[in-house]
Amino acid sequence: MTKMLLSTTAVLIGLAGAASAQCAIEGDGSVRILANDFQALHAVVSRAATCAGEGVEVTTNETTEHKDIQVAALSTSPAAYTIAVVANGSLVPLLNEGLVQPMDDLVAKYGQNLQDSQLIRVDGKIMAIAFMANSQMLHYRADLLDQNGIAVPATYEDVIAAAKTLEEKGVMKTPLYASFKPGWDLGEEFINMYMGSGEPFFEDGTAKPAIDNDAGVAALEMMKALKDNMGPDVMTYNSNEAQPYWENSEVAIMTGWGSRTAAFIDENGATPEIAKETKIAAMPSWGGHDIPATTLWWDGFALAKNISDEDAAASFQAMMYALSPDLVADPETAGLAAWLVNGYTPTPASEGVFANMKAGAKPYPMTPYMGMLHTALGDNLAEFMQGQETAEKALEDTVAAYTTAATEAGFIK
Amino acid sequence: MARPTNAQPLPLMVLSLGFIALWLIAAAFPFVWTAWGSFKVEPDFFSRSDWTNAITGVQTIRQTGSAFTGAGYEGAWLEQEFWKSVINTAIVTLCVTVISLTFGTLGGYALARSGYRYTFWILIAALIFRAMPHVTLVSGYLLPFFELGIWGYLPTTIIVLVAINQPFTLWMLHSFFLSIPKDLDESAMVDGCTRFQAFRLAVIPVMWPGVVTTGLFSFLLAYNDFTVTSMLLTQENQTMVPKIASFLGSTQAEGKVMYAVAAVVSAIAPLFVLVLFFQRQIVSGLTAGAVKG
Amino acid sequence: MPHKTFLAFILPSLLAMLLFVALPIGSVVYQSLFIEHEQVMTEVETCGPFGCTTERKVDAAAMQELRDAQPAGRFNGLGTYFNSGHLAFDRIGQIWTRSETWGGFFNQVMNLPLYKALIFTLAYTFIVTPCVIVLGFFIALGVNAIPGLIKGPVIFFSLLPMIVTPLIGSLVLYWMIDSRGIIGAGLQALFNNPSLSLKASPTLTWITLFVYGIWHNAPFAFVVFYAGLQGVPQDTMESAMVDGASRWERIRFVTIPYLLPLATFVALMQLMDNFRVFEPIVGFSAEANATSLSYLIYSDLRGADTPLFASAAATSVLTTLGVIVLLTPVLIRTWRDFNRKA
Repeated sequence: MTKMLLSTTAVLIGLAGAASAQCAIEGDGSVRILANDFQALHAVVSRAATCAGEGVEVTTNETTEHKDIQVAALSTSPAAYTIAVVANGSLVPLLNEGLVQPMDDLVAKYGQNLQDSQLIRVDGKIMAIAFMANSQMLHYRADLLDQNGIAVPATYEDVIAAAKTLEEKGVMKTPLYASFKPGWDLGEEFINMYMGSGEPFFEDGTAKPAIDNDAGVAALEMMKALKDNMGPDVMTYNSNEAQPYWENSEVAIMTGWGSRTAAFIDENGATPEIAKETKIAAMPSWGGHDIPATTLWWDGFALAKNISDEDAAASFQAMMYALSPDLVADPETAGLAAWLVNGYTPTPASEGVFANMKAGAKPYPMTPYMGMLHTALGDNLAEFMQGQETAEKALEDTVAAYTTAATEAGFIK
Repeated sequence: MARPTNAQPLPLMVLSLGFIALWLIAAAFPFVWTAWGSFKVEPDFFSRSDWTNAITGVQTIRQTGSAFTGAGYEGAWLEQEFWKSVINTAIVTLCVTVISLTFGTLGGYALARSGYRYTFWILIAALIFRAMPHVTLVSGYLLPFFELGIWGYLPTTIIVLVAINQPFTLWMLHSFFLSIPKDLDESAMVDGCTRFQAFRLAVIPVMWPGVVTTGLFSFLLAYNDFTVTSMLLTQENQTMVPKIASFLGSTQAEGKVMYAVAAVVSAIAPLFVLVLFFQRQIVSGLTAGAVKG
Repeated sequence: MPHKTFLAFILPSLLAMLLFVALPIGSVVYQSLFIEHEQVMTEVETCGPFGCTTERKVDAAAMQELRDAQPAGRFNGLGTYFNSGHLAFDRIGQIWTRSETWGGFFNQVMNLPLYKALIFTLAYTFIVTPCVIVLGFFIALGVNAIPGLIKGPVIFFSLLPMIVTPLIGSLVLYWMIDSRGIIGAGLQALFNNPSLSLKASPTLTWITLFVYGIWHNAPFAFVVFYAGLQGVPQDTMESAMVDGASRWERIRFVTIPYLLPLATFVALMQLMDNFRVFEPIVGFSAEANATSLSYLIYSDLRGADTPLFASAAATSVLTTLGVIVLLTPVLIRTWRDFNRKA
């Protein structure tokens, strides 16, 4: 594992060394990048960093707290950072405050390598450039399903039936795994499930929540049915903990993030025999709908508003260099994520994301008040999941918590 | 410890030693476990199949060929440049401790010696300052700090930590100064010293025990702080704890947990030396008779 | 001490606190009285890698104008404090009229976020604080009695629970108490109950958090008491012995009164710190069964992409008020001491 990581770094440095001559930026300027701190982003950011040279200064700040400092950092004039690396969710606060600028001109001038699907257009203007996709996907143990005559589940009803079969045949006691830890994870699970019903989250044209309905109750009941086939510690399940369960063969079907799949199918990992049999499929649908019950996510970058035109041009060019097809030419880097950049061919680990896309899954909404609903869900569903209150009561609590928050934020009168 | 007051009958001694032994196990075992586990691979240390894997290192042997691996340390220190954070932490903790204690001894001394009523209210205000959750304070800092252009630098973080730590330091040192007899500095002042000279010549020599104990807590606050340092420092200036947090990964991104474990273990070693050194100071200083009821 | 000298001595400390603590607290209190302007929304088409959708979006320019006119937002008075996310008096009123039994009333009130958090916070504070003081005192007595040579290492190891960053401390412990971990499996064997899991039941989760809190905080009390023990007047101790006081009587009538001011100090700090309990909840993934006031603040500020400053500010002010109420007895005592001194 570490050897692999070390060699990745070595390759990255090697690439950077070879490529530094190639990064030619027209004009001078300062490039200041704020990004989250994980490997795939590091690959991008470190390539951009090689653009430093005569007249061009590059500083990067990769930190897990990027989300919490970005608004303050981009509010100053000039902005502390020229580039903010964001995802669907974290772009919203920047849009709300008007802290990012359209990149149409820069895309026309320097964006030859971009594909149309990478452009995030808000009201016709390019406000961000996406370069990675992510979503949850269904992980399953092909060997166990085969041996017990179970087809790959396409719906959550199938998933529960498969779990029951495995339990009855004594293969496993608790064959399912999903991140049900209260907070962001549990909120996300409900949003994914509700997404599969195709119903809207909000009443049309308002910020009033619309989840307090039959679809909401059905989504919760489905989650509860899944939970009944999970271990006793289910309310602490999150994606950090999934792997030990999987590698101990306690779980046969799991919903998990595509960005983490590589570790599960890594045949050099702890349990090659399990990794070999770990297969990926699109997320199941449920309730007779045909939409995968998941949200799609992208990671990309946005350009700060309060910066000089020189800095904007230099920063954009540095990012274009970073996102050129060379980025994914290296198989190690290509394996880090489901890239959206030109020249990328999906790897087994990222297939699930594209399968979800093909099956018609929807992106996580960029609605400004979605985050508040997410928080309210994450904080109010645990009692229902543990059987301490009814689904209706849980949704009522959620709506109350959300309404309080949205009123305070000025979205509801 | 052969003084008659401390001589214990045998059963009591056994009981007392047994209790301490039990406490030591409770206190140190998780750390010993971590230190041992830091030389294993992640599937061993965080194993669900069998916890004894963390002891025997089944996966470690399979993956690296030996029961112990330094991969966590190598990754943290070399690949992730943990040493940079160590240097930053050294700067931050040293400055915070020294400045906290300087401000705190001056202030604490004044509070202990002034008979006016406002000293009480200053102490109460300090308590209220301490009650405010740090995460709220930090959110308030961001915008002004960015506007002033002082965000991300070590001195900013140092002064914030000093300020946050002042209430505690003031309270603790104020109590210690109260226990130093007034006659000590007052007689110095009768001899013609100014208040500051009296403080310097008469009080400073006997105040060390209190200062060392208070310093230990200032040090630990700066050393262990996450809320302030994670929000106010750039990646380059990151101290150890936020750096370790960045090894842990997030919902969507895999972490390098063993790097974090190795980093924590290696961060403890210098403290061992420090505590060994200062416990002598505490004992020798205090028994010199500085603290009286 | 003349006012001028006093000021000269305390100025650096006071200045640091005023600038970096008092000022932000002032702005927090001010902020808690306001809510965001009513958002001006427009409907726009958003396109990306996953196709196009029509979404509502904030009109940043229009909002900027509103903010320029009134930077703090709309004045809301104490509205935020009383809304259903905080004190929720309206909801309590409704519940009161609806519910028939006291039990039902309490159950429903405890379902309100602030009260749910408060009950855990109080339980944690009042269980952990006294245990920490007692445990710390006995450790200090014990360590004080051991030979000098091994004292240093013993002190170091005793400090470990406080030194190891809670970030990792709780992560490692979390795995150790897992039903398959060394402590979890040990407990299963001890209680002969193979399905015992500390993470699964609300009661066990609370107990785990309490035990962790005591374990983590005991070294603090230990160090303070240990330092204090070094100064216990030997002459008093000896005269007590001459008077025929037993070992326990000497502890009871000499050591404890001597350490009492320190115990007050420890209690003061511990009550305050425990009332702000946060890290163990996250570290032990205990959100399903335990939330605290600090957790609510954290969730407001960091949970969503857009922080809810007013709500967090209101909870923070309520937390501070809670701390003041808790500390009142200690403060009254300090006031008496102070007057005696003056």
